[in-house]
Amino acid sequence: MPGIGPAELVAGIALLALTAYVLLGGADFGGGVWDLLASGPRRREQRALIAEAIGPIWEANHVWLILVIVVLFTCFPVAFARLAIGLHIPLSLMLVGIVLRGSAFTFRSHYGHDGEHGDAGTSQRWGRIFAIASVGTPVMLGLCVSALAAGTLRPPGRAAFYASYVGPWLTPFGVGVGLLTLALFAFLAAVYLTVEAREPALREDFRRRALGAAVAVFVAAFATLGLALLGAPLMGRGLTSAPWAPALHLATGVAAVAAIWALWSRRFHLARGAAAAQVSLILWGWALAQYPYLIPPDLTIRAAAAPRITLILSLWILGIGTLVLLPSLIYLFRVFKRAPVGP
Amino acid sequence: MSDLLAARSQMAMSLGFHIIFAMVGIAMPVLMVVAERRWQRTGDHIYLELAHRWAKGTAILFAVGAVSGTVLSFELGLLWPTFMEHAGPVIGMPFSLEGFAFFTEAVFLGVYLYGWDRISRRAHLAAGWAVAVSGMLSGVFVVIANAWMNAPTGIRWVDGRALEIDPIAAMLNPAAFPQVLHMTLAAYASTGLVVAGIHAWPLLRHPRNAFHRRALSVALLIGAPAALLQPISGDLSARFVAHWQPVKLAAMEGHFKTERGAPLRIGGWPDEAAGETRYAIEIPYGLSLLAFKDPHAEVKGLLAFPREHWPPVAIVHLAFQVMVGLGSYLALVSAAALWLMWRRRDLTRHRWLLRALMLAAPMGFICTEAGWIVTEVGRQPWIIHGLMRTADAVTPMPGLVVPFLVFTALYCALGVAVAWLLYQQVLKSPQVTEEDPA
Repeated sequence: MPGIGPAELVAGIALLALTAYVLLGGADFGGGVWDLLASGPRRREQRALIAEAIGPIWEANHVWLILVIVVLFTCFPVAFARLAIGLHIPLSLMLVGIVLRGSAFTFRSHYGHDGEHGDAGTSQRWGRIFAIASVGTPVMLGLCVSALAAGTLRPPGRAAFYASYVGPWLTPFGVGVGLLTLALFAFLAAVYLTVEAREPALREDFRRRALGAAVAVFVAAFATLGLALLGAPLMGRGLTSAPWAPALHLATGVAAVAAIWALWSRRFHLARGAAAAQVSLILWGWALAQYPYLIPPDLTIRAAAAPRITLILSLWILGIGTLVLLPSLIYLFRVFKRAPVGP
Repeated sequence: MSDLLAARSQMAMSLGFHIIFAMVGIAMPVLMVVAERRWQRTGDHIYLELAHRWAKGTAILFAVGAVSGTVLSFELGLLWPTFMEHAGPVIGMPFSLEGFAFFTEAVFLGVYLYGWDRISRRAHLAAGWAVAVSGMLSGVFVVIANAWMNAPTGIRWVDGRALEIDPIAAMLNPAAFPQVLHMTLAAYASTGLVVAGIHAWPLLRHPRNAFHRRALSVALLIGAPAALLQPISGDLSARFVAHWQPVKLAAMEGHFKTERGAPLRIGGWPDEAAGETRYAIEIPYGLSLLAFKDPHAEVKGLLAFPREHWPPVAIVHLAFQVMVGLGSYLALVSAAALWLMWRRRDLTRHRWLLRALMLAAPMGFICTEAGWIVTEVGRQPWIIHGLMRTADAVTPMPGLVVPFLVFTALYCALGVAVAWLLYQQVLKSPQVTEEDPA
C-alpha cells in the first residue's frame, strides 16, 4: 500500500465533503421523499415541517456537491473525465432532478404560502415535482456510485454504445445501490425531523417513518452486499475479506442498532447522532473497500492525481476556505435549527 | 446536427441561461441591502417592503442560478472531458475559490431570507452584505477561469499536454482583469437597469406611487454608474483582444484586409467568401485608434490568418455590434438619469426618461448575452486559445442532440415558470401614494 501523500489527503477531504453532502444534502432529498409519502390526518403539517426544515439550508447543503466536483476536476482530472464520459446519462438525469427539485421547491415556498396570492392547485403541482425529483435524484446518484464501486467504468474505447454508456451503471447491483441511497436519505430525513418537530403527534409520525426507513436501509444494505458479491466482486471482496472489514461492520452495526434503539426509546438527539454515524460509516466502507483506487480496477488515487503544485495549492485553499466556511455554517444552523426567540 | 454542434449548443444554451440568474444573484443583494439600510436609517416602511419584495425575487432567481450553475460545473466534464482533463489542474484554483465564495453566498442568503425575525437588525443587514460581497467574488473567480481560456498563461504546452503548470500564473492571466471588470459592471448595470425599467413603467401612469419611486431611485443608484463606466471597461477589453487575439478582433470588426489606419466599421454584413464587409458605416482611422491608440497603427485582417483559424465571422461581428450599440444607449440613458438625480430633479416629471428606461430594461441582458457570444464564439475554433481545439475536447459519447434537447426543454419550461412567478409575486405593485410636500 502506498503511503499518505497530498493526493491521498485531497481524496480524503473530498470524501469528507461527500459525507457532508450525504448527511445534509441527502437529508434534504429525503425530506422530499416524505413530502411525497405524506399521509394521515397530519399530512399538511408534515409537509409544512419538511418545508420549514429544508428552506433556509438546502442551498448551502447543495454546495457540498459542487465542492466535491470541483476538487475532483482540479485534483483528479483524469478520473473526472472518465466519470463524465462513462456516466454521461445518469449524471445528466441526476442534474435534471437537481434542477427540478431545487426550483420547484423554491417556487412552492415563494408562491402564496401566506395565502396572499396564488391557488392551492398550482402550489400542489410544484410540490409534486419537488417530491418526485427528490426520489429520482438519489437513485441516479446511487447508480453513478455503483458503477464506480463495481469497477465497470473502463476508459472509452471502441465498445458499442450500450456497453460503454449504459452497461456500467444499469446493473442489478446498481439498482441496489440506487435504492440503498434513497433509503438512507429518507432515513436521515425522518430521524432529523423527529428532532425538529415540536408537536408530539408530528414527532411520532416521523418516528414511525424513521423506524420504517431503518428497516428499508437494513434490507437494501444486505441485498446490495449480496448483489456486490455477485456483480461487483471487487467491492464484495473488499467489504467482506479485508482486514479492517469486521471492525467496520461492527461499528456500522452498533451505530445502526443504536439508532433504532434510540428511536424506539424516543431519545431523538441520540438517534440523530447514531443515524449520521451509521450513514457515514457505510460511505467510508465503500471508500475503504476500493482504496487505493479512485476508479477501480485500474486508476489509483495517485495515478489520477494532478501535478503536485495543484494538490498543494488546493490543500491551502481548502484549509483557508474551511476557516471561513465552518463558522458561517455553524451560524446558519444555530440560527435555524433551534426554536425562534422572541415574539 | 453533429455531436460537436450539439455539445456547443448545449453549452451555449446552459451558459446563456445561467448568466442571467448569476448576474441577478450578484447585483440584487446590493439593491436589497441598500433598501434595507434606508429603512433602518429613515424608518420609512416602504423601503422595508421593497427589501422584502426584492428578497423574494432574489430567492427565486438565486435558486435557479444555483441549480443551473451546478449543471454547468458537471457539463464542463459531460461535454468537454478532454478539456477538463488538461485544464482542470490549471484553472481549478479559481473554481475552488468560487466554490467557497458561493458557499458563503448560499449560507448568508439563507440567513437573510429566512432570518428577518430570528436575528438582530444589524446582523441581518450584515448577512445581506455578506451575500453581496461573496456573490460578486463568485462571479470574479468564474470569469478568471474563463479568461484563462482566452489567454492561457501558466503552462507549457507540449504535444497536446500541459507541462510545468503554474496555477497562480494562470489566475493572473492578462485577460483576467479586463474580463472581470467588464462582467462585474455588466451584472450591476443589467440588473440595476432592468429593475429601474420595471419600476419606470407603472410610474408613467402613477407618478406619485411612493413604492415605485423609491425602487427606481435605488435601482438607478446601482445600475446607472455601472452602465456609464462600462464603455471604458469595454475599451480595456478591446485592447486586450487586439494584442492577444487579433483574429477575434478582426472578426468583431469585420476587418478582412490588413491595413494601417484601419477604419471602424459600424453595422454591415461580413461576407466571408468575398473577404469584405458590406454596407457598413466606416469611420476613418477609428479601429487603429481604438485598438492601438495610434491612428496609423496596423491592424491585422482576417485574411492574414489561415482560414481554419477564423471564428464564424458574421456571428461575432453582429453580436459585437449589438453589444456596443445597446451598451451605448444604456450609457447615454444612465448619464441623463444621473444628471437629473445630481440636480435633484424629480425623475417622474421627465416622462421621456421613464420611457427611455423602459426601453432599456431588457437591453443589459441582451448586451451581456451578445458579449458572451463575442468572447466564446470569437475564440473558436479553439477551446483553449491557440492550444486545444474545441473539436478535440468534445466527449466521445454519440447522440448528444438528445441531452441538448432535454436541457433546452427543461430551461424553457423553467424560464416561463420564473417569469410567471415573478409577475405574480413581485411585480404586482402595492398602492402607496407619496404625500405631496406642497
